[in-house]
Amino acid sequence: MKPDALLYPAPKGLYCPIGDFYIDPVQPVERALITHGHSDHARSGHGQVLATRETLDIMGIRYGDGFCGTSQPIALGETLTVDGVDVSFHPAGHVLGSAQISVRTQGTRIVVSGDYKRRRDPTCAGFEPVSCDVFITEATFGLPVFHHPDDRAETRKLLTSLTQFPERTHVVGAYALGKAQRVIALLREAGYDEPIFIHGALQRLCDYYQTQAIELGDLRPATLAADEKQDFRGTIVIGPPAAFADRWSRRFADPIASFASGWMLIRQRAKQRGVELPLVISDHCDWAELTQTITEIAPAEVWVTHGREEALVRWCELQGIAARPLHLVGYDDEGE
Amino acid sequence: MHAFAELLDRLVLSPQRNSKIRLLVDYFRTAPDPDRGYALAAIAGTLSLSTVKPAMIRDLLLERMDPVLFQYSYDYVGDLAETVSLVWEPPAGTVQADIPLGEAVERLQRTGRADVRSVVRDMLDRLDTPARFAFLKLVTGGLRIGVSARLAKQALAEMGDKDASEIETLWHGLSPPYLPLFLWLSGEGEKPALSTPAVFHSVMLANPVGEGDLDGLDPNDFAAEWKWDGIRVQLANIGGTRRLYSRSGDEISSAFPDVLEAADFTGVIDGELLVGGTARTNRQTRSFSDLQQRLNRKTVGQKLIDSHPAFIRAYDVLFAGERDVRPESFVERRALLTDLVEQASPQHFDLSPLVPFSSWDELDRLRADPPDPVIEGIMLKRLDSPYTPGRIKGPWFKWKRAPYNIDAVLLYAQRGHGKRSSYYSDFTFGAWTVVDGKETLVPVGKAYFGFTDAELEILDRFVRDNTTERFGPVRALRAEPDFGFVVEVAFEGINRSTRHKSGVAMRFPRIARLRQDKLPRDADRLETLLAMIETREST
Repeated sequence: MKPDALLYPAPKGLYCPIGDFYIDPVQPVERALITHGHSDHARSGHGQVLATRETLDIMGIRYGDGFCGTSQPIALGETLTVDGVDVSFHPAGHVLGSAQISVRTQGTRIVVSGDYKRRRDPTCAGFEPVSCDVFITEATFGLPVFHHPDDRAETRKLLTSLTQFPERTHVVGAYALGKAQRVIALLREAGYDEPIFIHGALQRLCDYYQTQAIELGDLRPATLAADEKQDFRGTIVIGPPAAFADRWSRRFADPIASFASGWMLIRQRAKQRGVELPLVISDHCDWAELTQTITEIAPAEVWVTHGREEALVRWCELQGIAARPLHLVGYDDEGE
Repeated sequence: MHAFAELLDRLVLSPQRNSKIRLLVDYFRTAPDPDRGYALAAIAGTLSLSTVKPAMIRDLLLERMDPVLFQYSYDYVGDLAETVSLVWEPPAGTVQADIPLGEAVERLQRTGRADVRSVVRDMLDRLDTPARFAFLKLVTGGLRIGVSARLAKQALAEMGDKDASEIETLWHGLSPPYLPLFLWLSGEGEKPALSTPAVFHSVMLANPVGEGDLDGLDPNDFAAEWKWDGIRVQLANIGGTRRLYSRSGDEISSAFPDVLEAADFTGVIDGELLVGGTARTNRQTRSFSDLQQRLNRKTVGQKLIDSHPAFIRAYDVLFAGERDVRPESFVERRALLTDLVEQASPQHFDLSPLVPFSSWDELDRLRADPPDPVIEGIMLKRLDSPYTPGRIKGPWFKWKRAPYNIDAVLLYAQRGHGKRSSYYSDFTFGAWTVVDGKETLVPVGKAYFGFTDAELEILDRFVRDNTTERFGPVRALRAEPDFGFVVEVAFEGINRSTRHKSGVAMRFPRIARLRQDKLPRDADRLETLLAMIETREST
């Protein structure tokens, strides 16, 4: 059958008419399959939700218990049949619980990658390539300029700065789900045993990661009374990027603004955010990894969702791989 | 090259002026000659490696890369050097090693035109990404790292514990790699001698009048002058040498022999170079496009001098005779200038007239409706202000003619380029008109700037939350009579256009204000714009 009959982009998201379900819908729907817990992919208010146990837990933490009508967990690798469509989830390596979703019927298989990366990540299962007819890939860093450096070297930059400027508070912006925990885990791997202070918005997710046997060490709340500025000198404080802009970050002693994101590779991006210490740590593929993944999976066709679709589609054309952008509305193409 | 690359990176990300100076001083103290001199030249904009143009860098890259992918990358990063440094892939097996800055510059200077391509290609292959970036910035000129020549000179002054004005005075007589300058600053050599007595002195610049800037200022403390639409120049006649400089210090003497020949007074004056007749000869001042006929020429024929006579409308005096009068007040300098101009050639010099006024409101009205079309606004100068090089806020203001304004509705948005590429910052806006008997918003222009960073956040949020459709990189926005985003668009002029569907083309449009207090139904109509054209055409 033609892949378009199995899955196509509709205003609410990718829709499977045979199984009557959406994948990562951006508006409330009757039946939703969710790749991972980031808020632009996992929204509340759906009727039935099928996702990994971890993703459902994360949605519960973010939206409260009533985030959907009924939820059903699915194990990675397990196959369920939904109205004649075989559905299975496979690790995507993006954040804890993240999965690619495979839908298959009458011999046609489409894999929706969701967001994914190929690098090792101590906080989640690594990406597994799944052979398919159509591979739907993200393109957040889909430009030849993006080459993410080794995350361990980036972590060392932070630790070096900490010894260079022991009197300053190193305030690191990192997304609350996934990036924050990965930065903490990387610091621990690099031998940093001091307490790490975290913004309140990170608390419940960090607690959850620790219940999933991901060791984050001594985490303490980054709260203080007005006259306690001294306490954070020479420490690492991690908060969500939005907290940079508000009064929260100004409470610390002579802060060095740091930010952990793939965008930090571009100087003007760092400058624009007022970042003095950019850390190029990404939960998405860089250009080489995106193109290698497509080469490795060798699908008959590539569909590109959010990000810099044009460049990846162009690359596919140059390689003789059929490709098209899906122009989905509602995903955060800057998400990281 | 690594030390220079690191300096550039740190300068780009250091917001504070003092930390930039600190970084520069540390670099100048530790880097060897001639590296530091070439670095200084690169930062101050005096290094010219004229054989390496951005187009060549692009060509070299395109030998190895798909042009479409390059274009996407460049649009995104916004900076050619950074883009190329990131996407450049050396052939397998290339050994990378650092090349000292001085060696790189001198190798390029020695290289003949025919070999430049291969030398640059070889260097790009041998340098790693950060050094490649620094090298490209250097060879293409224009570092754009948020450091002005003035700040670099301030750092030099601090390095040698000198006064910044001493560096300023010497500056235009020195050239890269500034060996005598660094010898002097590090206490190992004599102060360099001036190369010509008629050196260029950095000019004093004005800040635009911003919202509320004049509140609390007393009109009696200021003189007002018209701001003429020519080019700002400095004319020096010292020690028997005459020179004409542009405001950035480029010598343009050879294009204006008529003016130089007439400058038979001793001193240095600041003024506007114009063509046409002076006020003293009672003839019309001509437009900027007439002046353009005389600019950027190495020589000029008598015919052009006769048809487009140049003159200087004097604003200020820096040296009266050989005496430095910059520390004196505007009032004192103005008296000296008046004497000087009175004795100078009436065809080639006149005095910029003062504009009498008693209140800011009165001045605002004069500014909006000046008596001569070659006037582009008003200058405000504190009566007690000395002549201070650079753009210091307070003593001088410029207040340009009010542009046109309309309220328009945002219709489409596109990502910006370079540092704006994470934001939807390019907007198409529309006005109301009747199409097929129905009230419709039609696009009338595009604007990319005018808003503050905080306002950009608001606009960007609106775009993301109210996209109705996507066409490639373009997003269509919700725009209905009772829901949408109204902005005040300011522009410098408006003309009829056959290229634009609406039939109008604005000159220099920008978003002057966000009008969240207005609904799209309150926005202006296309007919208002057409009326602006008719009014202009009928006068």
